[in-house]
Amino acid sequence: MYNVTYHRASSVEDAAKLAAGAAEAKFVLGGQTLIPAMKQRLAAPSDLIDLRHIAAMKGVTDSGGGIIIGAATTHAEVASNADLQAACPALCHLAAHIGDPHVRHMGTIGGSIANNDPAADYPAAMLALNARIVTNKREIAAADFFTGLFETALDEGEIVTAVKFTAPAKAGYAKFANPASRYAMAGVFVARSGGSVRVAVTGAGDNGVFRAENLEAALAGNFSPSALDGQTIDPANLMSDIHASAQYRAALVIAMAKRAVAAAG
Amino acid sequence: MGVEGIGARVTRKEDKRFITGKGRYTDDMVVPGMKHAAFVRSPHAHARITNIDASAAKGMPGVIDVLTGKQIKADGIGNLICGWMIHSKDGTPMKMGAWEPMATATVRYVGDAVAVVVADTKAQARDAAERVEVSYEELPAVIHAVEAMKPGAPQLHPEAENNLIYDWEIGDSAAADAAIAAAAHVTEVDIVNNRLSPNPMEPRATLGVYDAAEDHYTCWTTSQNPHVARLVMSAFYNVAPENKLRVIAPDVGGGFGSKIYIYPEEIVCLWASKTTGVPVKWVADRTESFMTDAHGRDHVTKVRMAFDKDHRITGLKVDTIANLGAYMSLFSSSVPTYLYATLLSGQYVIPAIHANVRTVYTNTVPVDAYRGAGRPEATYLLERTMEIAARELGVDPAELRRTNFIRSFPYQTPVIMAYDAGDYDASLDAAMKAADWAGFPARRKEAESRGMKRGIGMSCYIEACGIAPSAAVGSLGAGVGLWESAEVRVNAVGTIEVLTGSHSHGQGHETTFAQLVSERLGVPIDSVSIVHGDTDKVQMGMGTYGSRSGAVGMSAIVKALDKVEAKARKIAAHLLEADEGDIAIENGELKVAGTDKAVPWFQMALAAYTAHNLPDGMEPGLKETAFYDPTNFTFPAGCYICEVEIDPETGKTEIIQFVAADDFGNIINPMIVEGQVHGGIAQGIGQALLEGVHYDETGQLLTASYMDYCMPRADDLPSFDLSHQVTPCPGNPLGIKGCGEAGAIGSPPALINAITNAIGTENITMPATPQKVWVAMQ
Amino acid sequence: MSEVTMTVNGRKVSGSCEDRTLLAHFLRENLGLTGTHVGCDTSQCGACVVHVDGKAVKSCTMLAVQANGTDVMTIEGLAGDDLHPVQAAFREHHGLQCGFCTPGMIMAATDMINRHGPGNLDEKTVRGELEGNICRCTGYHNIVKAILAASEAMAKGAGAKAA
Repeated sequence: MYNVTYHRASSVEDAAKLAAGAAEAKFVLGGQTLIPAMKQRLAAPSDLIDLRHIAAMKGVTDSGGGIIIGAATTHAEVASNADLQAACPALCHLAAHIGDPHVRHMGTIGGSIANNDPAADYPAAMLALNARIVTNKREIAAADFFTGLFETALDEGEIVTAVKFTAPAKAGYAKFANPASRYAMAGVFVARSGGSVRVAVTGAGDNGVFRAENLEAALAGNFSPSALDGQTIDPANLMSDIHASAQYRAALVIAMAKRAVAAAG
Repeated sequence: MGVEGIGARVTRKEDKRFITGKGRYTDDMVVPGMKHAAFVRSPHAHARITNIDASAAKGMPGVIDVLTGKQIKADGIGNLICGWMIHSKDGTPMKMGAWEPMATATVRYVGDAVAVVVADTKAQARDAAERVEVSYEELPAVIHAVEAMKPGAPQLHPEAENNLIYDWEIGDSAAADAAIAAAAHVTEVDIVNNRLSPNPMEPRATLGVYDAAEDHYTCWTTSQNPHVARLVMSAFYNVAPENKLRVIAPDVGGGFGSKIYIYPEEIVCLWASKTTGVPVKWVADRTESFMTDAHGRDHVTKVRMAFDKDHRITGLKVDTIANLGAYMSLFSSSVPTYLYATLLSGQYVIPAIHANVRTVYTNTVPVDAYRGAGRPEATYLLERTMEIAARELGVDPAELRRTNFIRSFPYQTPVIMAYDAGDYDASLDAAMKAADWAGFPARRKEAESRGMKRGIGMSCYIEACGIAPSAAVGSLGAGVGLWESAEVRVNAVGTIEVLTGSHSHGQGHETTFAQLVSERLGVPIDSVSIVHGDTDKVQMGMGTYGSRSGAVGMSAIVKALDKVEAKARKIAAHLLEADEGDIAIENGELKVAGTDKAVPWFQMALAAYTAHNLPDGMEPGLKETAFYDPTNFTFPAGCYICEVEIDPETGKTEIIQFVAADDFGNIINPMIVEGQVHGGIAQGIGQALLEGVHYDETGQLLTASYMDYCMPRADDLPSFDLSHQVTPCPGNPLGIKGCGEAGAIGSPPALINAITNAIGTENITMPATPQKVWVAMQ
Repeated sequence: MSEVTMTVNGRKVSGSCEDRTLLAHFLRENLGLTGTHVGCDTSQCGACVVHVDGKAVKSCTMLAVQANGTDVMTIEGLAGDDLHPVQAAFREHHGLQCGFCTPGMIMAATDMINRHGPGNLDEKTVRGELEGNICRCTGYHNIVKAILAASEAMAKGAGAKAA
């Protein structure tokens, strides 16, 4: 790791101010992706601004109309939150299967979506749940937020403070993990609200998380795994690496979509 | 057996320090003034070094010096060597290219050391290493062994035309050809044995300390054989004469072969300590381990096996090409030859065997012994071939094996080995019973009803452990003897220290060896200490690899104990005024058989050291040394059965059950032996299902971290069902065969035979990843 | 450089380190607590697991400055007068060989038992929960056995002290 200067922010405003004064600042929450990247000298911020202690960024509120999860809420907290278990158990299931128990104690939902790793789990949930990403400056629809591999709509110095979504009628998540890294090689989140079904895929797209519109259409009329029989995903836009070709990932997406629908019940 | 003697499931003496965080590994060592090394490594698989500019690096904070290959060469430090001479079939010696500790002119794999930075902290050393400017002229690289042999392929070493190191053979080629020509059936199989990274959890580390006042070096290192390290560094690398070089291998966090070898880093840190005047520590990070620890396996083989009309094997012909990487590592030449082709008879009567082995250089990490070393390769090709033959012939795979089992011992194979004892039917029967082989069709049907593909496979392995005797291995080209030493010191109060040349890096010697002493002398194991891993404390020894420490290391202790007992009897007989032949040693006493006359063990020991009342002419003291050179290898064998279920939608394999029936001869501590088998099986399953080193075509290592190299995790594996069948080894005093590698040898073919049974095609290579299985099923 | 203060194994400690210093290295090098090991660079092997404010974390993936003000427990602080039941079970069931992954395994296992409640583990759960801890020696067979045994022993009241 290169040398870095650490700051512990006391508030969102404080964090923004610290960032503005630094040559090349990065915000850190759990650091479970950023610190490994820094250790391997793939990331080299001059300053690290720790948001983990900002009370306003923590916790889950369910106001009836909408659910708000603070960006500093850890995966372990999301997985075990009683309100979320009632409102959207699929999200708890997703959080309970990110990384390992130790990573889940540190890693946060805000850190994960701001990083937008193409194999991370949360982006699929955000997109399928039609969530809104709340920052210190604005709210951004998930569809507009995730813009590419490790790319988001965040401006320089902009801080994700929370995510907001309306609980779906039904939702499910299934992933096939990379055998080595255990990141998603194909992760599919399905959410049904009223007559509309949204299907979002992570781990597979060559430009990051994406919606599978043909699967959504097939499920809109018949929300059951068999509705996906014969459906395909075009491998042309999927990633290919030593672990999985695009063709194999395409097959996994269909298999995981069926399992996600089955899990949604 | 006593509660602490041979055969007892004694919990380990060494555990207390490990479970409380008090283990002492090389990276835990701190000496005054210690500084840290970081290596500058080649980013290219093959390139000429045109310039090294260290001026910017030398000005970085904390930097003490930056040293290069030209400097170490100028100081007379020698090149790395391969310690086993193999001659090609035309009589020419193997073609060993120069392996410099730090490259002066040409780099030959990604990770090849070019320079070293010594700085106050590890982070500063790494910061500065990035600032050493090395100019390279890139050369074309070759990664795959078969490609490297082709005309026009990039050439690695001027000594080795077409990158060929040797072209070696064993057995009777004409006889094997004749058997194939006359066969009722010939099974032909192409086998690929995948390349693996050993991955002990403790990364390699070394601390070199030069004492100018004494002109003496101390090397702390993660080694399986500190004495061999000292010998090689002294005799071949000219680091220092043996009496001026102490090598200490303290607690070592796993080895699996990869810590047998002496690597450039130990040599460089010792030399750098003298050059810079400060103690120099280097600790690999995991990516460095992937880039520089010797890899294992990497064979491609064509197999032809001939059967007569009664399904008896009449001949076997094997043609292997083995990738040895960019340089010849310490024992690399022996692995695809004498540790591999000599095991090609397996558990079977095969009248004619011939193997041809060509080894080649490629622009990859050097390849050497990894848990099993040659024997997994032999077992995999034989047991895959037997399984495929059974399927082709339409016979039960167990019956085909039974038809061909060796049942009369000793048995001389056509490929050097003389098996001394075994009962292959017993292991096969035990494994099939434990696995409920007969009930498999019903289980498969039930799985089908759930849409899953179920398969079952077996493997009957043999291995050769305790490689020996020294004169024989010497005649085959070994540069060292393969005996072991022991010294048993009885202290004046009767406590005992055993100094052994074996080295424990997880095997539990501190317990097992103490159990042997307890059994023989009737003393509690707490009064026995095992000392190992320090060339200043222990006389020359050969270390731990090849499942040799039980069969060879403990046999040396037995020999020393024989001498201690003989002297103790003489002293006791003198004290008790009895005949030496009537003295029995049991329960902490030396007694006159059939009487109540006895002298406690500690009193006899005290008498030995007070020397007030010893037999006439006897030297005081009670300490004996022995060197044990075995008369033969030992031959553990067994049968493994694996049952899997495959998800056809994803290609993912789940191991439903794994049964191991092993014959290790006599067993000292069943708990520790079972642990060795568990770990071996996990590594074998890793090879078959999960692990594989990948390079891209330019020689960049794609599997350089756990993000891409798939280590077996707890949820990849089932609990294992183990049993032991015992035919004692007649070749050593304890009847031990060795257990360290069996799991890794026997398991890969059982698993692949199960997968191919499930999916109905033989066309799959290791590791059988979900993607490969899915593709095979399409 | 920063001044870092934390409670480690019940003792208040402080030290000065570069901001880039990982908690694992601070424990090992500043405090001499070498039971915490580093086995990989990618936060996967778990040899470095310690408890921070009562929760298992990877100390190779946390800066020492991030841990400023926390309560840290390492393998050296787990045993009281007697071994912790998890330590005892690892020895009893031969859940270790070379010992390198063992401190992280034991800290992960105590955290696992604490979260699920003693006596509430089964083999499948234990294997799944060990995703973040790699062992190369044991094939996990005896580690799983040891954790299940410790969980049962703790349910029966052994070493009730929560780690």
